[in-house]
Amino acid sequence: MSTLTVDGLTVGYGDGAPVLDGLDLEVPDGAVVALLGANGAGKTTLLRAVAGLVPARGGRVLLDGADLGGLRAEDRVRRGLGLVPEGRGVVAELTVAENLRLGALWRHRGSARTAAVDAQYELFEPLARRRDALGHTLSGGERQMLALARALVAEPRVLLLDEPSLGLAPLVVADLLGVLRRTAERTGLTVLVAEQNVTSALSVADRGVVLSLGDVVTDRPARDLAADPALRHAYLGF
Amino acid sequence: MDRLVFLVAAGLAHGAVLALFAQSLVIVWRANRVINFAQAALAVVAVYAALAVTAVSGSWWLGAFAGVVAGGLLGAAAERGPMRLVPTHTPLPGIIVAIGLVMILQAGLAIAFGPEYQPVPAPLSERPFVLAGIPVLSPYDLLVLVVAGLVMAALALGFTRTSLGLQLRAAAFAPETARLLGVRVSRMITLGWMLSLATAALAGLLLVPTELGLHPHALDGLFVQAFAVAVIGGLDSPAGALLAGLLVGVLVSLVSGYLVAAAAPLAVLALLTLVLLVRPGGLFSAAKERAA
Ligand SMILES: Nc1ncnc2c1ncn2[C@@H]1O[C@H](COP(=O)(O)OP(=O)(O)O)[C@@H](O)[C@H]1O
Ligand SMILES: [Mg+2]
Repeated sequence: MSTLTVDGLTVGYGDGAPVLDGLDLEVPDGAVVALLGANGAGKTTLLRAVAGLVPARGGRVLLDGADLGGLRAEDRVRRGLGLVPEGRGVVAELTVAENLRLGALWRHRGSARTAAVDAQYELFEPLARRRDALGHTLSGGERQMLALARALVAEPRVLLLDEPSLGLAPLVVADLLGVLRRTAERTGLTVLVAEQNVTSALSVADRGVVLSLGDVVTDRPARDLAADPALRHAYLGF
Repeated sequence: MDRLVFLVAAGLAHGAVLALFAQSLVIVWRANRVINFAQAALAVVAVYAALAVTAVSGSWWLGAFAGVVAGGLLGAAAERGPMRLVPTHTPLPGIIVAIGLVMILQAGLAIAFGPEYQPVPAPLSERPFVLAGIPVLSPYDLLVLVVAGLVMAALALGFTRTSLGLQLRAAAFAPETARLLGVRVSRMITLGWMLSLATAALAGLLLVPTELGLHPHALDGLFVQAFAVAVIGGLDSPAGALLAGLLVGVLVSLVSGYLVAAAAPLAVLALLTLVLLVRPGGLFSAAKERAA
């Protein structure tokens, strides 16, 4: 559907050394790319900078060739860039239905909004049963489901996910990543998913990109990374 | 018995105004996590504007409308101006700037309109109806109760049932997540301040005819009592502000009626202390949810 290009992106916190220094990355139209790397490698920083939550010191972020620089996070969302943040960001004080409606607000009007929300209930059965429950009463798996559904309801062109498997049971992870993969295949959605759960991420991704100390150290087909013990050992430490 | 009925009825009317003003503090608190200490000074400016329009047009209603609009504009100006510039990671800078704003506004009003009380006539009679020999509410008290009740109901419905209300709540509870869902959070905060000050201006307008009249400090007492009401109700809770407002209104009326008026502030303070000892988050706090 759309291509995300990161070109020479430099990001840092305060006046410390940059966490990302001139990082280049391309996520082509319709690809599912796994963003791998140890804790502190800069995965979250990269996703937040692309989303506009952390200011960049230099470089560009392009969506289908259009520079997103200078746009605030809320306006990047309206250009078709979705982010499911680390820790999921379900609004605890709002119900499942309100969280979903909020995600759909800017994208759909009137009855189309209701239809879009209902389509997510069909995709995520358990949410339909808990539609009037407050966010803070949901289980970890339900929260992640809600966060994903809430991002998808806005029909993004490019979806960024930050460690969706964090704290979830393996079966739940497989379920969620399966939905993600099928949605990407059905709609042509472009996905960049940061994960520490390397095996799960590579099982649904086309490509694996490994970050280390704020730079891309390798970028290969997911199958090769998952299958080649030498590569795994060199870049992923197992 | 007669006296009790009269005092409770009068207390409810005053309590409705308190609840309305407390509501305005709750709205800003929810939007921004700040207590606006300049709320009374900003609201009193709007009341001056309202009475100026009433004086020119001869219509109290037109003046009231102008006052509410002026309150909204002042809210936007305060938030976009000084409040946005102060750091928000600790409460102190905001409080200091607000107090500075209070001094400027009140001194400015005193210079422009003089330091005397200007009597403000009520738009309806303040003579109580007599029911079965007992004087109860006046027509003006009834107007106050109805207007305050309608406005609070409209606010509650607006916040819980409309898309705009959903965005206002999301922006207040989880600003970053709201931005990721395309909510224009900074606009929502400004809007929260506008709603808040329009509400505060209305409360001030309803109050002045029942007291000494208009004066740069005319709403200071209202702010102090409403602040206590908001804290007793739980700061985060519109329903808490309503119930605590009525409770404090009746308490003040009973203490003033049976003891002396001077004891009323002490009674409010005692109630506040008691509530904070038993339930530190206020009677209707929602602190549990955020912690989860
Ligand atoms: N808010 C922050 N302030 C200062 N430093 C931060 C902040 N967030 C992350 N960092 C630093 O940036 C580096 C990359 O962190 P992060 O992007 O969270 O990595 P990852 O998501 O890959 O674990 C780390 O060294 C971390 O300490
Ligand atoms: Mg991270």
